[in-house]
Amino acid sequence: MTDTAQGSPAPTTLPLAARSDFVDRLRSGSEYVVIPLIAVAISAVLFSMFLLVLGKDPVEFFSLLWRGGFGTAFSWQNSLLRAAPLILTALCVALPARAGLVIIGGEGALVLGGLFAAMIALPLKNALPPVVLMPLMAIMAMAAGGFWIGLVGIMRHARGVNETIASLLMSYIAIAIMNFLVEGPLRDPASANKPSTGPIGEGNMVTAIPGTDVHWGLAAGIILAVILWIVIDRTTYGFALRVTGGNARAAKAQGLPVGTLMVSCCAIAGACAGLAGYFEVAAIHGKANASLIAGYGFTGILVAFLARHNPIVIVPVAILFGGIAAAGGLIQRRMGLPDASVLLFQSLIFVVLLISETLYGRLRIFQPRTEAERT
Amino acid sequence: MSFKEMDRRTLLKSAAAGIVGVGAAGLPLRAFAAAPTIGIVYVGPRDDFGWNQAHAVAAKALKSVPGVKVVEEENVPETVAVQKSMESMINLDGANLIFATSFGYFDPHMLEMAKKYPKVEFRHAAGLWTKDKHPGNAGSYYGYLNQGHYVNGVAAGVVSKTGKLGFIAAKPIPTVLLNINSFLLGARKSNPKATVQVIFTGDWSLPVREAEAANALADAGCDVITCHVDSPKVVIETAERRGLLTAGHNASQAPLAPKGFITGAEYKWETIYKDFAALIAKGEKLPNYVRGGIDKDYIANTAYGAGASEAARKAADAATADLKANKPYVVGPLKDNKGNEVVPAGKSIDNYDVALEQTSYLVEGVVGSIT
Repeated sequence: MTDTAQGSPAPTTLPLAARSDFVDRLRSGSEYVVIPLIAVAISAVLFSMFLLVLGKDPVEFFSLLWRGGFGTAFSWQNSLLRAAPLILTALCVALPARAGLVIIGGEGALVLGGLFAAMIALPLKNALPPVVLMPLMAIMAMAAGGFWIGLVGIMRHARGVNETIASLLMSYIAIAIMNFLVEGPLRDPASANKPSTGPIGEGNMVTAIPGTDVHWGLAAGIILAVILWIVIDRTTYGFALRVTGGNARAAKAQGLPVGTLMVSCCAIAGACAGLAGYFEVAAIHGKANASLIAGYGFTGILVAFLARHNPIVIVPVAILFGGIAAAGGLIQRRMGLPDASVLLFQSLIFVVLLISETLYGRLRIFQPRTEAERT
Repeated sequence: MSFKEMDRRTLLKSAAAGIVGVGAAGLPLRAFAAAPTIGIVYVGPRDDFGWNQAHAVAAKALKSVPGVKVVEEENVPETVAVQKSMESMINLDGANLIFATSFGYFDPHMLEMAKKYPKVEFRHAAGLWTKDKHPGNAGSYYGYLNQGHYVNGVAAGVVSKTGKLGFIAAKPIPTVLLNINSFLLGARKSNPKATVQVIFTGDWSLPVREAEAANALADAGCDVITCHVDSPKVVIETAERRGLLTAGHNASQAPLAPKGFITGAEYKWETIYKDFAALIAKGEKLPNYVRGGIDKDYIANTAYGAGASEAARKAADAATADLKANKPYVVGPLKDNKGNEVVPAGKSIDNYDVALEQTSYLVEGVVGSIT
């Protein structure tokens, strides 16, 4: 006898066990795609209402958003180029997050990474060939970033210092160190009104991916995202990290080296942001200066949270953010909207997505069917 | 068969793409002679009461010129983002002249774009372009704001009762040092005993520290405050609240200080922008390097506010007239504030001398240190 109050019609045919399994998996798997999409749609509707209040045309806004971000080959490259550093800085947030640590100091690791890449290049640029020096610069950048965020991990583990605040404050220290060195000992005398280090040399610059304007930092970001996804999802190290993130005390009771795990994942995270700094210096600026402080580290936090700290998902989310930033200029120019309007749209997406988190596990359609439903 | 067809299709496709491509590449050139489309990029918000606003005011004036189309983008950081913004203006809006208004846009960003788009003209708001080093379709335009600070100083020296003036500065780099020195020299012209106390905040936009500095200067007995930071808003407002007199920087801050505003050093970029638009309309080549001060109307002082007494206005007007006639104001004998001679007696530094742009010292009478 079926319960009529349940309301759901009983399936007419009884699927094979394997097929039923697949349907259940699809149902619960699609939760992670459908809910964010609904959230983005809701934020688009909210933002359209805002535009209507301002007397602007939402259709124009979204068509410009599409055109400026993804509508042409030029727009795609524009978006990808802007996404490149975001993938790396988002990884800096995502990895520790899986171990239960909220690290928001990627900006500092990026700045230090860029600074150290330039610092090692300056004395050696004439002594070493680019084949040797370029990887050396990247390694220095990763080491610097890794050390910086690794310190945050050590403070957290050994002294119980809140890692969120510590990493944020550490990034101000990193910026101060860079300003001090760039305006003092490392200053190129030719850079009078914009203090910078000397150039790293034309030959040591990272080139664009052939056929595009996008530098290799994008490829590096995607490769690292894939590697870190494998590490988190498919290795014992990743499993231990996730256990630590779930409950550090229980992990400790199980004999997991919680301290080593925390510090090492912070260091890997910092290395990712440091690498972003390397590409900023070696692919874009050709020297280290205050232009490194461009907020990539902070936008990366947003990207990581929207991707639910899943390294693979970070890639498309970063490209989405790159596209919104790329289209922002076109929207300003064509619609006469201030830059803040694009930021508002971004933040609406962020807020609505965070709110939508509460929906996970609450919508029946995404739940595996109960035995009663199956029969 | 089908393979052949595919081939033909691809060929047609690429031919079509080629035609579109050539057409798009030709577009800026054709548009150039007819109607100028001018792209302006700002590093901050257009209503910052400072550097960006000065450019935005000029952009607005430029829009009123018939036949000129202006496209603007604000809050563009000094990263690859600015390259892409310029490129987007060129590719999607058909811009044929770009004004890059922030110092850090020049190298490498604007230079890269100038190399990539040789038919588009690029101009940068600072004196960085060098003939042999940089592309011929790039250039610099520059205003001597120090002259405006000199006039500020002349007026401030008259109205100050304590003879102690305060200057809140971002970084000890040449342009900033020159403005501080000019303010002091102006003040000493009116009051030979005047001093300028300087506080460096360390960066271009640190509102909290700027407010603290304004309060500290007020507590130290300064009764006139001016500044060289990106947005003078906080400094002027804080000083106004403390009942002090203020002198402005970059754009007009007169609305922020109805009681204490004296005058301000203001850029008049519209002079340059309109000149350039006219040259384009005539189909003439743009100059690579323009520079000037009050003499060329690139710089002007804000209309006097309530803080300017009759005597101060008279003194400032006289100083402005001298600068219009291009009379030098950095006159020896002059020492720096460590006692070293910088201009010997009987000598002076011409208003257009590049030595001014390389200022690396604070003159005697300025209380403060670069390091």
